[in-house]
Amino acid sequence: MAQNFTLDRRDAVKALLADRGDLLAVSGLGSSSYDVFAAGEHPGNFYLWGAMGGAAMVGLGIALAQPKRPVAVITGDGEQLMGVGSLLTIAAKKPGNLTIVVLDNGHFGETGMQLSHSGLGARLEVIASGAGIASVREITDIEGIISLRAEMQSIDAGPRLARVRIASDHVDRALPPRDGVFLKNRFRQNLGIAVT
Amino acid sequence: MDIAARDQLATSQDWPLAIYRTLKSFGVSQISYVPDAGHSRLIELSHGDSAIETTVLTTEEEGVALSAGAWLGGSRAVLLMQSSGVGNCVNMLSLLSSCRFPFLTLVTMRGEWAEFNPWQVAMGKATPQALEIMGVTVLRLERPEEAEDIVSAAASLAFESDQQVAILISQRMIGRKKWTEAK
Repeated sequence: MAQNFTLDRRDAVKALLADRGDLLAVSGLGSSSYDVFAAGEHPGNFYLWGAMGGAAMVGLGIALAQPKRPVAVITGDGEQLMGVGSLLTIAAKKPGNLTIVVLDNGHFGETGMQLSHSGLGARLEVIASGAGIASVREITDIEGIISLRAEMQSIDAGPRLARVRIASDHVDRALPPRDGVFLKNRFRQNLGIAVT
Repeated sequence: MDIAARDQLATSQDWPLAIYRTLKSFGVSQISYVPDAGHSRLIELSHGDSAIETTVLTTEEEGVALSAGAWLGGSRAVLLMQSSGVGNCVNMLSLLSSCRFPFLTLVTMRGEWAEFNPWQVAMGKATPQALEIMGVTVLRLERPEEAEDIVSAAASLAFESDQQVAILISQRMIGRKKWTEAK
C-alpha cells in the first residue's frame, strides 16, 4: 500500500511558485492545473485540461524555444506515468532550463482515487535517473520545495526531476480558464510575441 | 544549363533536400521524429543543422505535444514519422484543435504500395482517416518534383492559418523496401 505523506499539495505548489521571476510553467491536467492556478494566476502559466501524458513534452518544446527562461512542468504521477517515455526523450535532449515536478499522491485523483503505479511502488525519480536525467530527487517537506525553487531558476543545470510526495487528502477544485486559444495567446503575448 | 537550373533539378530529384530547404525558408527551428527509412536523409540534414533543435522521440504523440510547446515558446516545429505512428497520436491531436495550434507533420507511408509486410497494411490504410477524424488536413506528396510546392503550401496553411496539416509521402515515391541483403 501507499505510504502516508503529509505535505499539502496547495502549500507545496504555492511555495514552489513564490518569487517565480522569469519562470514559465506548464501544468498537467487535473489537480496539478488546479494547484498551479490556486497558487496565483499568471500569464506565464499554461494549464493543460487534456492531452494526458503530454505535459513534459509541452514543457520541452517551450524550454527549447526559450533557452534563457527557466521552465517548470508541474504534473501528477498519473499524468507523468502515461508519458513516461518523454523522460527518456528529455534526458536525451538535456535542456538545461527544464524542471519536471511530479506531485505524487500515489493515486489517480481525478477519477476516483484508484491507486496508481506510483502508489503500487514505482519510483519516478529512479525511472528518470535510469532514463538519463542526472538531477533527480524525492521531496517530502516544504524545505525541499524551497531548495528546489532556488535551483530551478538556473537555466544550465537541468534537466531535473523532483518527485514530491504529497498527501492524498481531498482538496477542493480551483478551476483555471479552459479556453485553449486564450491560454495559448496569453502565454505567447507574455513572451512578447504578437498575436496576428 | 545554368547553375540555378542545375540546382533546381538536383533539388527536385533530392526531395528530402527540397523539403529541408522549404522548412528552413519557413523558419522551422525544431524537428522531432520517430525514425523511418524514408525520412533518414531529412533526419540527417536536421541533425547537421545547428539552427534546428532535433529531438528523437520514444513515441509519436510526444512530438505532437512538443510541437505545441514549441509554438508556445515562439518556435515553429515539424514532426516526422511513419504512417504506423499516426494511430499513436490520436488523443494528443485534441491538444492542437483545443488550442488551435499550428501543426505540420510529414508522414512516410507504409502499407499502400507494393507492401511486403501485412502487419503494416491496417494502419497504413487507416492513416488518412485517423488524421481527418481529429481535424487534420491531409495532403499527399506523390512526385519528387512537387516536394517544395506541397511543403510550402502546407507550411503556410499550418503556420499562417493556424491549421493542423499532415503531408503523406507516398510509398511509391520512397521506393520499395529491400527485404534481402545484396550479396
